[in-house]
Amino acid sequence: MTIKVLVTVKRTIDYNFKVRPLADGSGVDIGNAKMSMNPFCEIAVEEAVRLKEKGGVDEIIVVSVGAKESQEQIRAALALGADRGILIETDTPLEPLALAKCLKVVAENEQPQLIISGKQSIDGDNNQTGQMLAALLGWPQGTFASELLLLDDCIDVTREVDSGLQTLRLKLPALITTDLRLNVPRYAALPNIMKAKRKPLQIIPIVDMGVDVSPRTQCIKVELPKQRQSGVKVSSVQELVEKLKAEAKVIL
Amino acid sequence: MKVLVIAEHDNTTLKEVSLSVVTAAHTLAAEVDIWVAGTDCSDAAIAAAKVSGVAQVFCADNPSLKHQLAEEVAPLLAAIVAREAYSHVLFASTTTGKDLLPRLAALLDVQPISDVIEVLSADTFKRPIYAGNSIATIKSADTLVCLSVRGSSFDMTTTENTSPACISSVDATATSEYKGLSAFVSEELAVSERPDLTAAKVIFSGGRGLASSENFDILYRLADLLGGTVGASRAAVDAGFASNDMQVGQTGKIVAPDLYVAVGVSGAIQHLAGMKESKVIVAINKDEDAPIFEVADYGLVADLFDALPELESLLK
Repeated sequence: MTIKVLVTVKRTIDYNFKVRPLADGSGVDIGNAKMSMNPFCEIAVEEAVRLKEKGGVDEIIVVSVGAKESQEQIRAALALGADRGILIETDTPLEPLALAKCLKVVAENEQPQLIISGKQSIDGDNNQTGQMLAALLGWPQGTFASELLLLDDCIDVTREVDSGLQTLRLKLPALITTDLRLNVPRYAALPNIMKAKRKPLQIIPIVDMGVDVSPRTQCIKVELPKQRQSGVKVSSVQELVEKLKAEAKVIL
Repeated sequence: MKVLVIAEHDNTTLKEVSLSVVTAAHTLAAEVDIWVAGTDCSDAAIAAAKVSGVAQVFCADNPSLKHQLAEEVAPLLAAIVAREAYSHVLFASTTTGKDLLPRLAALLDVQPISDVIEVLSADTFKRPIYAGNSIATIKSADTLVCLSVRGSSFDMTTTENTSPACISSVDATATSEYKGLSAFVSEELAVSERPDLTAAKVIFSGGRGLASSENFDILYRLADLLGGTVGASRAAVDAGFASNDMQVGQTGKIVAPDLYVAVGVSGAIQHLAGMKESKVIVAINKDEDAPIFEVADYGLVADLFDALPELESLLK
């Protein structure tokens, strides 16, 4: 049996860029920062491509919800090996609940057997959308995945949990969210980047989703975290131990 | 305010992080309720009933809940939250909490707020964004507020309730259409006599500079001398020097011990996000330009293979 996989991707700031709050606290200053595919989404795309290469998958659809520039990230996913893309276009960034509602409509239209999402995006760091989408679809969820094994009508997912590793068996259709150690994404080869330009990319205005995406929360202020006082350099292990005893008093 | 705290437990004991979540809950209401779902989990429920400022414990005890899978727990919990008309539901920001909170919230049509580090009012909270590079103040317009709370940001509530809260059992037999969607296969649990990373007072954390898993042994010996435990950077876990449950950082565990000793850790922002609330930070690294020194109270530029044996002999 081969299945159809839907992969969700998000356009985010490049993970190397260090953001700062705007002076008026109304948001963060991302200036001319490079924009990339959210690293966890890249891992999701890579995993779908690997499943296809193993023969268990016949089509990979990439979906993003965002501004028209998100086409760049969809094209990047197509260059990695996805077959076609869908952009749900909106100029307003959506909260995870609204994202999940839009993605539910896409899933109902496309009828995939598996959805792979990043566990979180590195801007909002919410870690919510995948679980909410699974709940809305009534599907099982395998969060923080570090290993997947696709079987006939189910998928085994090994999860990185606080106490170690846990393996669950999920009935298909199912949703997976990726953790860092699931795989190391490949770089797209130039011929594949060229080929990706000709792969189908459907753009759908968000109003066509017919869901309520109005915000439930409001960001009142963005500020710098508490800054640590810069410390001192010690010249020897002996001096370090003396300071930890006498000054910091953290050891006896 | 009517507040429910979702207990983190292993069916026998209540995890310490839940005591921090109760403290966060007490900023909203003087008395709160606790939810315990599991299998043969009456000991955990009894422990929850002893936590100060707890009015009632709801206990869902059923063989199907042994591994507390979100598909099973979320619908049960949604029913109780609706029936009891809670205004707030609080989870710990653990892998269990992060798995379950959004699933519950979606069933209740709520936009949750993750990783709360400060409660400003009943509807306004502070949380880190962009790997902790900024702190956002978020106001919720939902009538039900669902939060996950960072244990490291709140002290633990005491467990000296002189008159323990009453325990009400919840019928967990009718677990809806979600039953059987997911099943537990196996687990590899980290077995340790040392304190949990998130509860330890002293942490020795190793980075890629340790160069092998064998070299972590000296960190364990140092940790044992001070009653602490051992953590690792993402680089060290990726390299196979340490297991995933040891990872400290934005996508690992968030810790705030009294003493955090970073050894051979460069200090990527994702790592700093997981440990910069520690009371005292020590960095030992041979690269004097390593970013870890920017957050360290005491920095030692040295080869760790010289420094650690000397440290061990001085602490003995």
